[in-house]
Amino acid sequence: MQKLLLLGDEAVAQGAIDAGLSGIYGYPGTPSTEIMEYVQRSKEAAERNIKRKWSANEKTAMEAALGLAYAGKRSMVCMKHVGLNVASDPFMNAAITGVNGGLIVAVADDPSMHSSQNEQDSRFYGKFALVPVLEPGNQQEAYDMAYKGFELSEKYRIPVMLRLTTRLSHSRAGVKRFSVKEQNKLILPEDPKQFVLLPSVARVRYKHLLANQPNFGEESDGSGFNKYYDGEDKSLGIIACGIAYNYLMENYPGRNINHPVLKLSQYPIPKKMIDRMTNENKEILVLEDGAPFVEEMLKGFQEKGTPVRGRLSGDIPRDGELNPNIVGKALGIEQKIGLPVPEVVKNRPPGMCKGCGHIDVFNALIEALGEKLEGRVFSDIGCYTLGALPPFNAINSCVDMGASVTMAIGAADAGLFPSMAVIGDSTFTHSGITGLLDAVIKNSPITLIISDNLTTGMTGGQESAATGRLQSICEGLGIDPVHLRKIEPLKKYHDKNVKVLKEELDYHGVSVILAERECIQTTARKHKEEAKKQQVATNQSKRVV
Amino acid sequence: MKNDIILAGVGGQGILTIAATIGMAVLHQDLNLKQAEVHGMSQRGGAVQSHLRISDAEIASDLIPLGNATLILSVEPMESLRYLPYLSDQGWLVTNSNPMVNIPDYPDVTKLKEEIEKISHSLILDAKKIAKKAGSTRSSNIVMLGAASPFIDIPVESFEFGIGKIFGRKGEEMVNLNLEAFRAGRAFVLENRIN
Repeated sequence: MQKLLLLGDEAVAQGAIDAGLSGIYGYPGTPSTEIMEYVQRSKEAAERNIKRKWSANEKTAMEAALGLAYAGKRSMVCMKHVGLNVASDPFMNAAITGVNGGLIVAVADDPSMHSSQNEQDSRFYGKFALVPVLEPGNQQEAYDMAYKGFELSEKYRIPVMLRLTTRLSHSRAGVKRFSVKEQNKLILPEDPKQFVLLPSVARVRYKHLLANQPNFGEESDGSGFNKYYDGEDKSLGIIACGIAYNYLMENYPGRNINHPVLKLSQYPIPKKMIDRMTNENKEILVLEDGAPFVEEMLKGFQEKGTPVRGRLSGDIPRDGELNPNIVGKALGIEQKIGLPVPEVVKNRPPGMCKGCGHIDVFNALIEALGEKLEGRVFSDIGCYTLGALPPFNAINSCVDMGASVTMAIGAADAGLFPSMAVIGDSTFTHSGITGLLDAVIKNSPITLIISDNLTTGMTGGQESAATGRLQSICEGLGIDPVHLRKIEPLKKYHDKNVKVLKEELDYHGVSVILAERECIQTTARKHKEEAKKQQVATNQSKRVV
Repeated sequence: MKNDIILAGVGGQGILTIAATIGMAVLHQDLNLKQAEVHGMSQRGGAVQSHLRISDAEIASDLIPLGNATLILSVEPMESLRYLPYLSDQGWLVTNSNPMVNIPDYPDVTKLKEEIEKISHSLILDAKKIAKKAGSTRSSNIVMLGAASPFIDIPVESFEFGIGKIFGRKGEEMVNLNLEAFRAGRAFVLENRIN
């Protein structure tokens, strides 16, 4: 079979489809978005009627995925690392309930924070929940692990985490496929109480989870995803996790590495292989993308036993993603470098697109607040976070999905008036609604702008759950219709918009301003599609003639 | 055979299309490929790069090590210089001369050109002009692919196969426009190449 050229994310998606996936759930977030998008585009997924719509947030996605697995089907949920914080409640408890059909939780971490507010390492969550974690090192493994991860999940009736990092998620390589499996039939759990986590049931389920830990460890030792390569030079043993293995090998052309190497891609850590590593080698170097997860475990608090080097010892920088040069340096291998970057080269940070509606929102907000602009605009996660940069310098926070609304409430409680929040439409339906309900209940003097571009813009224009619903959501939450205002963020309405904003900033209660204008990237895409359709129509009419 | 290519540009300039086209050409040749790209926030007009590695042997790292790139292919002059630490001492830098000015402190273009000309193996060309002459001002990126193609160890037919695959969905006219753009870029470099 010819290889497919796939991103790591896409390889996960194809692996899941081929393994008999029945449904995938998720919320867009770089670098995980392409997993769902691939399934949405896939003709096979359409033919096989795989459920594949975005959810309102990662928590609802995780729960829906668990429900599908409850009914015996193979299920996947995908998210970025910080999305797992949102989904952590069902994630932690799904480890206790276990599953019926296979469930894979695909989480993409973002070391170096290319597109994120932190670089938390999801392997900690895997260990926290006591579930197996798979960490592919290349695109083929991403495919294989998605495919075989379901077998592992169903063998122990346990959710399995598949941990990716940006560099693998967004790197393409050839991938070979396995044979395509049928989907599972709908079968309810044998034990009708399995998912009822009353304390009496939960205690039993938790003991069951604990009893399975040695089995998960043995799986890691024998699965084939973890490999021990012996080497003659035992002055140093190397543990390379996931993609770090590639950076290690890059430093040894022709693979002639003399040290013992443990390629680590499945957790909990394989006890036998780790014992061999520490017993046979004088010193251990741990290479891992993300936090010093394995290093810390091996080192322990008292640092007895075989010395361990890595991010904690300073051999590898404590933060940021790995690359071949960092790994090479830690091994004492001389690294080449090209020419320095000339001084004339300036930074080119991302910015809002020319003609973007958020720009008009910020311009109106800046004028309406005037001298009071500084320090009182709480914002959120999305393209409009770029409002923090020049020329706007307009926002003072970006913490987590939905935090603009609730931080504005807290600051208003402290006496800040006006206290403002700016949030996007999709972020609002993700996690802003409950915060706004708080504001209504407390009658907090805050002004919220929902900058509605009718899409999930920053991740590439996915459907937004908010589209067409914002007014009725706000009314339903109990926003006073007098203080539920609409503006159209266009330059020509600037003065009018400033006036509306000023009126609401003066109001000592909850006001919401809906600023609606379609994302210009979406508009451009629609134009392109329209042109394509016309082109096809013209070609067809030519043929008829 | 081993080519390590850094593709450079600004989000929205079409470097992912170049990458995808080379990817198709590589598949046509049955070589190994790894190609790391940038998605997400930087795509909004920020500096973006893609690491593209082609080899007849297995490729380990998705990222090119510093000092190892055999080619920097840039669709923007300032961006071509940003990745110089990656360029090997024998590597080529091939860049479009048309600046993308979307920052307030964009440098003087003549200074950029001076820096580019300091590189021992560099080529700077006006891809916009060549694209216009070839019939499509929007095909500057494919002109640049054509211009860089003599420095990539893949036969012309495979590049043209790649263009057919990538633009095929958009109709025959788009395929032909981009083939013209590719050939014009390649011809320009072959005529003006200084070895």
